[in-house]
Amino acid sequence: MKSITVALAGNPNSGKTSVFNMLTGARQHVGNYPGVTVEKKEGQCTHRGWRITFVDLPGTYSLTAYSTEELIARSYIQEDRPDVVVDVVDASNLERNLYLATQIMEMDAPMVLAFNMSDLAKRRGLEFDLTQLSQLLQMPIVPTVGNKGQGRTELLDAIVETAGAERKERTHRVTYGGEIEDELLRIEQTLGQADGGVVARYGRRWLAIKLLEQDEDVTSKIRDPEVQEAVGQSVAHLRDILGDEPEIVMADRRYGFISGACQETIQSSVERRHDVSDTIDAVVTNRILGLPIFLMLMYVVFFLTFKVGSYPMEWLETFFGALADGITRHWPEGRAGWLQSLLVDGVIGGVGGVLVFLPNILLLFMAIALLEDSGYMARAAFVMDRIMHKIGLHGKSFIPMLIGFGCSVPAIMATRILENRRNRLTTIMVIPLMSCGARLTIYALFIPAFFAQQWQGPMLWLIYLIGIVLGIVAAKVLRLTVFRGETTPFVMELPPYRMPTSKGVLVHTWQRAWLYIRKAGTIILALSIVLWFAMNFPRLPADRLSGLDAQEARQQGLRYSTVGRVGSAVEPVLQPLGFDWKIGTALIGSVAAKELFVSQLGIIYAVESPDEDSPSLREQLRTNYTPLVGFCVMLFCLISAPCVATVAMARQETQSWRWALFQFFGLTGLAYSVTLVVYQVGRIWL
Amino acid sequence: MSEAVKVQGKPPQPLSTARAGQSVRVVRIDAGRGLNSRLASMGLVASAELKVVSNGHPGPFVLIVKDAKVVLGRGVAQKILVR
Repeated sequence: MKSITVALAGNPNSGKTSVFNMLTGARQHVGNYPGVTVEKKEGQCTHRGWRITFVDLPGTYSLTAYSTEELIARSYIQEDRPDVVVDVVDASNLERNLYLATQIMEMDAPMVLAFNMSDLAKRRGLEFDLTQLSQLLQMPIVPTVGNKGQGRTELLDAIVETAGAERKERTHRVTYGGEIEDELLRIEQTLGQADGGVVARYGRRWLAIKLLEQDEDVTSKIRDPEVQEAVGQSVAHLRDILGDEPEIVMADRRYGFISGACQETIQSSVERRHDVSDTIDAVVTNRILGLPIFLMLMYVVFFLTFKVGSYPMEWLETFFGALADGITRHWPEGRAGWLQSLLVDGVIGGVGGVLVFLPNILLLFMAIALLEDSGYMARAAFVMDRIMHKIGLHGKSFIPMLIGFGCSVPAIMATRILENRRNRLTTIMVIPLMSCGARLTIYALFIPAFFAQQWQGPMLWLIYLIGIVLGIVAAKVLRLTVFRGETTPFVMELPPYRMPTSKGVLVHTWQRAWLYIRKAGTIILALSIVLWFAMNFPRLPADRLSGLDAQEARQQGLRYSTVGRVGSAVEPVLQPLGFDWKIGTALIGSVAAKELFVSQLGIIYAVESPDEDSPSLREQLRTNYTPLVGFCVMLFCLISAPCVATVAMARQETQSWRWALFQFFGLTGLAYSVTLVVYQVGRIWL
Repeated sequence: MSEAVKVQGKPPQPLSTARAGQSVRVVRIDAGRGLNSRLASMGLVASAELKVVSNGHPGPFVLIVKDAKVVLGRGVAQKILVR
């Protein structure tokens, strides 16, 4: 079967993802672009005897060198040379969307234009002469409605046809006007004598355009001093006669080309009027109502994630419990007991402990997908910008922070939406302060153990709130010290509201949940095994086991192990916080994964089948600790050392161990100081 | 001198001074190259027509440019000169 590769380009909010889903169905693969941590989605389909591979490029407005996403999209088109580039445009917002198209045209890539959301455009009273527009732009145009699956066959036909067609020289292209064209020609001529390979790969005219725009990436590729000098002269000359930077004038001319093409081919029967989106915006972005509405929605997200999610979570717990029991029961008596323990306590305990959160994670990501696909997420960033700006962050920083309430790992991945490195690093650093789902098990165990029914809800709210407040303070401090610098200017599109489709939401949810499952299958598995060894070795000598029942033996065994020894060793350090060696041991274990804190405490207190609902474990806690200590434990778990998976992710996304370790020790130090103050002050009052 | 001003019309004002509901035209954008190019990719170029949706003192600034709703920080709105 013949195969072709197709790149999917388009503006954010152009419905590119829905077109991608429509084309590839469920056959998708999520990975990364090499060397950078920007998500790369690939999918496949077959059509009329062709195997077509689709690569979803990052959504961009342009193809400059100013952002990682744009550079990735651009270099994919040029280095990997897909057979066809499909540009997905929002038909109801054509002029702005075609700006990207003009830049892909300049790269001489074979193109097809997917006229997406064409139904919406029609309803808005826009009439298109697609035949003529197609002639003007010299590429096939196919109307599509991605989220309804309309136009799939026609689009695939156009792709196959374009891939097979002979390449022709473009005759219609953006012309930049006399002065600029003269300079472009001059640069093209000097390029003629230089850098043969580069010229062949990128094309003479495109290089000249980018050089004149002073594109950093291209400028660094052309080392020839003669060319550099010619460019410098041209830029200075144009700046002089145009009274502006050449690139600004060039952007202007591109829009000129677009509006020329649109003027002849689009008829608008109605003026853009006050539409539904404006009405909704008037309410949800209202200066007074905006924030309460946002907080209310967040509460709904919380309720859905944690309350509704608790039922399937229980089923999963039962399942893993039965699995562990089954292995224990059927294990041949007295043979390789350590292996049984490794399987049951290490592997099932560790991986199962993470996987039981899958229902919560699914529901959370579903809620986020709903907020994103409906268009509300952009408004949330807008509403939050007032507050986020004060702490030196971007309104968009709020989104990864929100995801942090589910799990820090995908949250750190989500910081990719931030363009500015300082903003991004600051956000990554404070994300663990957004209390993740795993830490909820600790609160779920402790709160009912120490607080009366009517205080349990407010207590949980308070813990989360403390995390948020600390996150804000920490971000502000970081922006004033380590990450000092200009904040990025806030520029963002507010896309029209749309009804999310079930398919889109499901695909979105699943992709993120899969990343979570993968984390459980890889890093958590490996670390669970390491931790299991630390908890079981060195082993208690046989003579010390005599006269102990099974639970006492486990308890003594843990105390004798590496983890137990470290826990005891740090007791003097933890004493000012009100913690004993038992809590210390559990805290060390919880570095592997926060929810392990609960099972560790269970072993230490020799409680059978410990979990966060265990009445006997709560009883033990109540008799051994005061409510103040209970609160301090929760506080410490909230703030201290992020789990190993988070550290690993922070390392990957910041590309440096330095920042990952800075975060690890910084947060632990903060946890220590805050808990110390709370405990010591609390002791005086209570 | 006064003649020239008359021909030119009102002197350009920062976008941040425009009121909600007002339609204005971009004269010049006084920003660095990175921001300039980002604004251009979203349709904010010289001579573009803008409609101010809300001027959220002291928060972000919402406007419609080329049929899309765009929100700018105040700092950005101050750099865009309109008439």
